[in-house]
Amino acid sequence: MARRTEEQGARRVILLGPQRLQPTLREAVDVLGVRGRIAAVTAGWEEREGEDQELSAHLSGRSFNLRVWERGEEVYARDRELHLAVRARNEKLRVTHELYQLRLGHLVAAAREILRKGLPQGRESVYAAGLESAIESVRALDREHLAHVRELNEEFYARWKPWQRELIARHRDELARMLGEAELLCIAGGHVMVLLRRLRLFGVLELLGSQPIIAWSAGAMVVSERIVLYHDDPPQGAGSAEVAEVGLEACRGVVPLPHADKRLELGDRERVALFVRRFGPDLCAVLVPRTRLDWDGRGWSAPRGTQRLDASGQLVEAGA
Amino acid sequence: MSTFAQELARHAHDAPPQLERWLAAQKLPHVDGRSVTFVFHGPADAVKLRHWIFGLSTTQAFTRFPGTQLWQLSLELPENSRMEYKLELVRGPLQQLVHDPLNPAQAHDPFGGNSVVYGAGYEVPSWSRPDPETRAGQIEEHELASDAFGEKRPFKLYFPARYRTLRRYPLLIVHDGDDYVRFSELKTVLDNLIHRLEIPSLLVALIQSPDRMREYADDPRHAEFLVRELVPWLEQRYPLLANPAARGLMGASFGAVASLSAAWRYPSFFGNVLLQSGSFVFTDVGQHDRGPVFDQVVRFVNEFRDNPGRPAERVYMSCGQYEPMIYYNRSLFPLLQQTGMQVRFNESRDGHNWENWRDRLREGLSYLFPGPLWYVYE
Repeated sequence: MARRTEEQGARRVILLGPQRLQPTLREAVDVLGVRGRIAAVTAGWEEREGEDQELSAHLSGRSFNLRVWERGEEVYARDRELHLAVRARNEKLRVTHELYQLRLGHLVAAAREILRKGLPQGRESVYAAGLESAIESVRALDREHLAHVRELNEEFYARWKPWQRELIARHRDELARMLGEAELLCIAGGHVMVLLRRLRLFGVLELLGSQPIIAWSAGAMVVSERIVLYHDDPPQGAGSAEVAEVGLEACRGVVPLPHADKRLELGDRERVALFVRRFGPDLCAVLVPRTRLDWDGRGWSAPRGTQRLDASGQLVEAGA
Repeated sequence: MSTFAQELARHAHDAPPQLERWLAAQKLPHVDGRSVTFVFHGPADAVKLRHWIFGLSTTQAFTRFPGTQLWQLSLELPENSRMEYKLELVRGPLQQLVHDPLNPAQAHDPFGGNSVVYGAGYEVPSWSRPDPETRAGQIEEHELASDAFGEKRPFKLYFPARYRTLRRYPLLIVHDGDDYVRFSELKTVLDNLIHRLEIPSLLVALIQSPDRMREYADDPRHAEFLVRELVPWLEQRYPLLANPAARGLMGASFGAVASLSAAWRYPSFFGNVLLQSGSFVFTDVGQHDRGPVFDQVVRFVNEFRDNPGRPAERVYMSCGQYEPMIYYNRSLFPLLQQTGMQVRFNESRDGHNWENWRDRLREGLSYLFPGPLWYVYE
């Protein structure tokens, strides 16, 4: 697993809101001035990966699917040794994540409780310092967990060298040829971990030249630096956001939040403020339909209407 | 006296058309904090509230404003409660049970329906209402020749939206399935919870018994039908995960008894059991007084209490605090916990009715079948 270099990170990346009901992908393609063929990844849709007719029609038939999920299925079916190794690695990651969740629940509860107390008169500085310290504890745990996950992944890739295994190498050759014909890579949403792991298994971004990327929903999440999962009102559990994995790092300084309007209590300023203070200074971008964020390799810009979460607990223009 | 009571008293002697207009403009019954006031206007010798709240007298008499046909009754109704009721009108020798004419809210069940009043803070869950963004599943009708019952048994099968034969699905079997669909909005709930990723896409067999009071009361034929006939038939024909962790049973009232009984008779065949307001009547000593229809149930629950084994892995139980079954369910909960199963029990301020069961479906189903909510962003 290669870490992305600054040069690789310099490609243009556009993040979009969910595309199902109000697609804006074509507009984004036009923004990039892409006229040629477009490679698409729909691996997050899993067994529905091939059902990309709407996407293809929206792109006027210019797209072709890299079928990364299907390739992964073939690899796992034929390379049993690798499949078992992947499962063992995933199991380690699962247990690691469970332990992280256990610790996280307590730390977030403490930070929330201090935040709820406000700043009692005469003790403002003590409470403010206590809150800062509580949030820093959460941030430290997030960092530690992410480092552990990175270590487990690197250990796996160093030991098993999947890109050098015959079957994957053959797929990578084919993917490299396909990507060479594309002016743009589009990454759709779906299951964020499936999408991330399939893209990583074949090193798709490492095969991509300097072509830009447009990604939405889970696609937007996987091209960022870390995968942050979130839901403020799940049917089970307290609903504390979690850092789940290291992202593909095609862009930096952003926490993409697809469906934030449905998954986060955006009217709850306390929760929003805590979220931003935990994940800041990264841009906590609200990716709802018809929103867009542009990465030029150095920083972010956004057309009017795209919002971000602010440390005061409010939504503000992302471009501001 | 509350503001509403004062207003009602002030209007009590209005001319009838004027009073009717005023009443029509009110939201009745009137709920104010923990107090609810029922109002009736019309000819009667007596008006009573008939309800099914365990612990309160089944009928509560209204008071007439002297010299008028206006009646009122105030009761305590805790926050987040739901209460179903009818009005009993006494006119001479006649007694008539009617819906509350001043309350448009009604709940329905196989026996008809009741008026319903919502306590402060209660809201019909958004996930129980049709959502235009939700992709809808489909229900197909099927029939299975059952050796256990010696006859053909019709049932229905719910397929989730975007059902694909490439994927393998969990299976949930729902007792009184048609009633759950009609009175608890089960199809809408499944569509919404799957769409919201709160439960996984799953296949749901909706079964209905022609003689539920007998077959659901620990009838060995019923358990055999489920385990040896229905599940194998489904697993042969559909892409099901076919392991205990991916199988579930669900039911309410006698349907809950049937679920627990089948899981107990075939331990570890069903990994998940959802029991709503189970009619788990038992006796510690002597005879029960619930009539012969409960004989078999009591025998089963007593036997189960003596030797529960470990029927499943996870159990979700719910029961209304206002129904007589609350005592039995509260008693069963620690016993189920002691078996080593993971058990969750939810008490709601509601009665033995389909809307109570509907309102607990999100928590129950997502507990037994957690969906990919945290991981899928489409």
